[in-house]
Amino acid sequence: MSGFSSFLPIAAIIVSLIAFVLIILFDKKPNAREAVTIIAAISKFGIVFSMVGYVLDGRYPQMRLFSLSPGIDLALRVDEAGIIFALLASLLWIVTSFYSIGYMRGLSETRQTRFFASFALCLSSTIGLAFSANLLTFYLFYEILTIATYPLVTHKGTPESIKAGRKYLAYLLTGGVILLVAIVYTYQISGTLDFKPGGILPAGASFAELAVLFSLFLVGFGFKAAIIPLHSWLPSAMVAPTPVSALLHAVAVVKAGVFGLVRATGFVIGPEVLADIGAGGVMAILASVTIVIASLLAFRQDNLKLRLAYSTVAHLSYIVLGLALFSDYAWNGALLHIVNHGVMKITLFFCAGAIYVKTHLTNISDLDGIGRKMPLTMSAFTIATMGLAGMPPVAGFVSKFLLVEGAFADGRAVFGVVLLISGLLNAGYFFPIVYRAFFKSPSDNTGKNEAPALMLIPIMVTAGLSLLFGLFPDGIFHFFNLAQNAVSQLAGGIW
Amino acid sequence: MIEHLPALIPITLILFAFIAGVLGVMQFKLSRNVAMLGALAAFVLSVTGTIQVLQTGPMHYSFGSWPPPYGIEFVLDTLSAFMVLVITGIGSILLMFPTKPGFMIDEQKGATVYTVVLMLMAGLCGMVLAGDLFNLYVFLEISSLSTFALISLGGGKAAVASFRYLIMASIGGCFYLLGVGFIYFSVGSVNMADVLQLLPAVYDSPSVIGGAILMVTGLCVKMALFPLHTWLPDSDTYAPPVVAAFSAAVQIEVSAYVIIRLILNVFSPEFIIGLTPITDIIAWISAAGIIIASILAVAQQNFRRMLAYSSVAQIAYVGLGIGLANPLGIVGGIFHIMAHSLMKGSLFLIAGGIRHHTGIWNINDFQGLGRRMPWTIGAFTIAAMGMIGIPPTAGFFSKWYLLLGSIEGDQWVFVAVILISSLLNAVYFFRIIEKAFSPPAESTASVNKTGELPKRMLAPILILAIGTLIVGALNVLVVNELIMPVVEGL
Amino acid sequence: MGDLTFHYSYIMIIILLVIGLWGMLGKRNLIKKIIGLNIFQTSIFLFFIKGALKEGATVPVIDPELGLEAASYFNPLPHVMILTAIVVSVATTGVALALMLTIYRNYSSLEEGDILERMGK
Repeated sequence: MSGFSSFLPIAAIIVSLIAFVLIILFDKKPNAREAVTIIAAISKFGIVFSMVGYVLDGRYPQMRLFSLSPGIDLALRVDEAGIIFALLASLLWIVTSFYSIGYMRGLSETRQTRFFASFALCLSSTIGLAFSANLLTFYLFYEILTIATYPLVTHKGTPESIKAGRKYLAYLLTGGVILLVAIVYTYQISGTLDFKPGGILPAGASFAELAVLFSLFLVGFGFKAAIIPLHSWLPSAMVAPTPVSALLHAVAVVKAGVFGLVRATGFVIGPEVLADIGAGGVMAILASVTIVIASLLAFRQDNLKLRLAYSTVAHLSYIVLGLALFSDYAWNGALLHIVNHGVMKITLFFCAGAIYVKTHLTNISDLDGIGRKMPLTMSAFTIATMGLAGMPPVAGFVSKFLLVEGAFADGRAVFGVVLLISGLLNAGYFFPIVYRAFFKSPSDNTGKNEAPALMLIPIMVTAGLSLLFGLFPDGIFHFFNLAQNAVSQLAGGIW
Repeated sequence: MIEHLPALIPITLILFAFIAGVLGVMQFKLSRNVAMLGALAAFVLSVTGTIQVLQTGPMHYSFGSWPPPYGIEFVLDTLSAFMVLVITGIGSILLMFPTKPGFMIDEQKGATVYTVVLMLMAGLCGMVLAGDLFNLYVFLEISSLSTFALISLGGGKAAVASFRYLIMASIGGCFYLLGVGFIYFSVGSVNMADVLQLLPAVYDSPSVIGGAILMVTGLCVKMALFPLHTWLPDSDTYAPPVVAAFSAAVQIEVSAYVIIRLILNVFSPEFIIGLTPITDIIAWISAAGIIIASILAVAQQNFRRMLAYSSVAQIAYVGLGIGLANPLGIVGGIFHIMAHSLMKGSLFLIAGGIRHHTGIWNINDFQGLGRRMPWTIGAFTIAAMGMIGIPPTAGFFSKWYLLLGSIEGDQWVFVAVILISSLLNAVYFFRIIEKAFSPPAESTASVNKTGELPKRMLAPILILAIGTLIVGALNVLVVNELIMPVVEGL
Repeated sequence: MGDLTFHYSYIMIIILLVIGLWGMLGKRNLIKKIIGLNIFQTSIFLFFIKGALKEGATVPVIDPELGLEAASYFNPLPHVMILTAIVVSVATTGVALALMLTIYRNYSSLEEGDILERMGK
């Protein structure tokens, strides 16, 4: 494994920063603004994708810019885990951009400049934190992401959305400061913040130090990863426009929390150390509790987006659980589930948005017969729900299979059982929607009425991706190989 | 020529103060331009001085060629270079702000206002450069006297605030002077370097300890360190915006600097940290001050008063850094001087600009302002992020060093204090951001008609706000070159 | 005997200092505050002057009869410093009086309570 100097990582970040500036400058020209977004999204994906080959070969593009603090640089390094996350985010930004344009036009929303500009900034920071080579750089992008999402949450400007914005900030900034302590403490203990597979802590660290450090990281990231009881900002944040919920609250922001846990457990503290202090058990139990409770809470939601939000909470904890099991299968599954859950959940949110734009319906109880009006949308919806429930041949099956196998292989069958039960619960709260949509007769018979192409095509694409990753886990983007390589990096002598 | 630099910085300011005053009587515009020229000249000299110091080490300048300890000495070392950079740099930017909204006076009446401002800057530079304890007092009083006059420009309420400040500042100044007396009669010298040499012989003398405590207490009043801050909220609320910015962004920081100077170069850290509880007390009252002042800031409806309480909290960050008394803590404290002066300067100018432009001073009336004044509110947002401590603003990095210092000193309480305070900062700054970016309400007609601030007001605001980002990104340069050499001895 | 005068003068200085502080902080009338300020400052000047005194010494002008023995002369430096400090003090008093005038013009009172009431808070 070796690194080589490259401008690609920084270019990937800067593309959307430039877009951010241009979008603000094109305040009065919607077409130019949207063109900028699309071009930036595509070029960003291109840049990220061009690095996949290097990373698969074990050559990490890297870049040191300048010092942030004596001894700590603003440094980027693209490794397997990072590129998985970056690739997912930049890929889905393309579809979301098209979808947003359709959505915003469909609802003639105001303040679109602010919307697209914040979006671009969010993506910059997401890619930035994916590529960060050390904790301080990571934190920098992590906090920018928190702040940049705030205008999106409060986009509507209604009292309700302002309240949600407050809650969002209260939770995430609290998480942020706790994380900052964790980082400072790490620096104090180990004298470095550079990520390294297997951890950077010196051998002599005491149990108390490690326990404190681990708890700080868990709680700090736990806010963004929406681990119960730190989750309640996520359902509230569903007041944001649907593209925001789709990309940020199902992919970028929450996954940033999970990705932070990947870094903290795998690259800072190290799985071996964590296993020694019994941290895996704590994490796994928390994750299991979250999975079960969130799934049960999802049943009670009549609002479609809220149900999706609780489902997100549960699925994030799939990943956390996978990390907590400290075995190669489970880690492999966890990393893949970051991707798979992303494409499936974004499909569901896109569908919810399409329904809202066409019919202004938000509640599940009003969706009788919607499948007849919007057959394509609801078919995509069905595919994604099957995936989330873990049914082949959709993407969710692959990652879930690995997670369950990891649990059983490691002799921790109980967590495997939790995952299986959760699959049933998923089916329990998703399939009634599908049933309602296709098998109940609508209250009015208006015939087919699909969403505009700008929204429908993204839905088709993400649903297609869900199938693709289910049938060919390594297809086109090499997510499977990347995840496997990442794990074997970590596993070097550990597992 | 170059060896005269330490003296030239204040002398330039005083000279230009005189010229600006004379010209001001004849033609006001000229006075303003001359004053800006003077401030800029001082800034250029400071930059030159800083470069010189970095290349050849500290510069000592003896007035009238009387060698110290007999003569008066000015010292430009990295720490004082850092401070004169802040004073003259921020000062020059603040002076760009137009006169009428900046000083709340009509041009005809304000003939001498720029003289006083330059004298204030000269006083502050003198405090920073003075190599002996007594001249420091004289310059401290020069800066105080200028401030009294400037604050009172804000009208009746400001005069009351200024009077109060005068009483408190005089007590502070006199305590300091009394302390100087104690030290002088103990060691027979007021030259800082000399005192440092002579003190170890009399470390355990009660009058030395008493003198140190008196001097530090006096300076704590001047720096508005909780609970001696009572004068600051009023004066910063009613003073003209530029003056409030000077006071909150530069003046109280200079007093904090003097405390650091006393600890490092006069009494020596072994004495202050080892033999007196001074740093511990400063640390704990700063910690209390950070929390209490932040809570008070949350409670304010008046934008300016909120900023004033926020200054009390922020200067306590510097106090906390001093109190931690380990290298990283002091680095954090000193760096926060620069960070805070940029952020707070910008915020006070924004407050003044908005007040002058729209008449709004109450936070509740900010609704919809973001749409009307995107640049102003954008600058506000950057400065607010700095106050909260979001990377990559300068405010984050001072917090970072302070946290490093606290954890190194095993002071988990202070860690908690810093974190809680950033959350409280978030509460009171996001309250405004939230209002400003909400859709305008029907009732606030004055907002709906208003436009962006004029360019002349916007320029200094934006320079300061962008400055917080640049200084944040370049913090290592500042820390490594200017601050680290000072604290290495700790 | 020397000890007694030592204590006597310092005690007087401390009494003045406390009176001055009380005047500044305890009195509600602005004039009284300024008077307190002056008393306070004066006490500190006296402290310096007292410190410069030496038993059996004379004014610090070199006298051929006494030679260059430092013990024979009062210490001139505190005097010089206090001369400067007096200038500062006069300036402060001047500014204080000017402020007081402004306050009186605005609120027609020099009592702190009345002023605060008229400021409307």
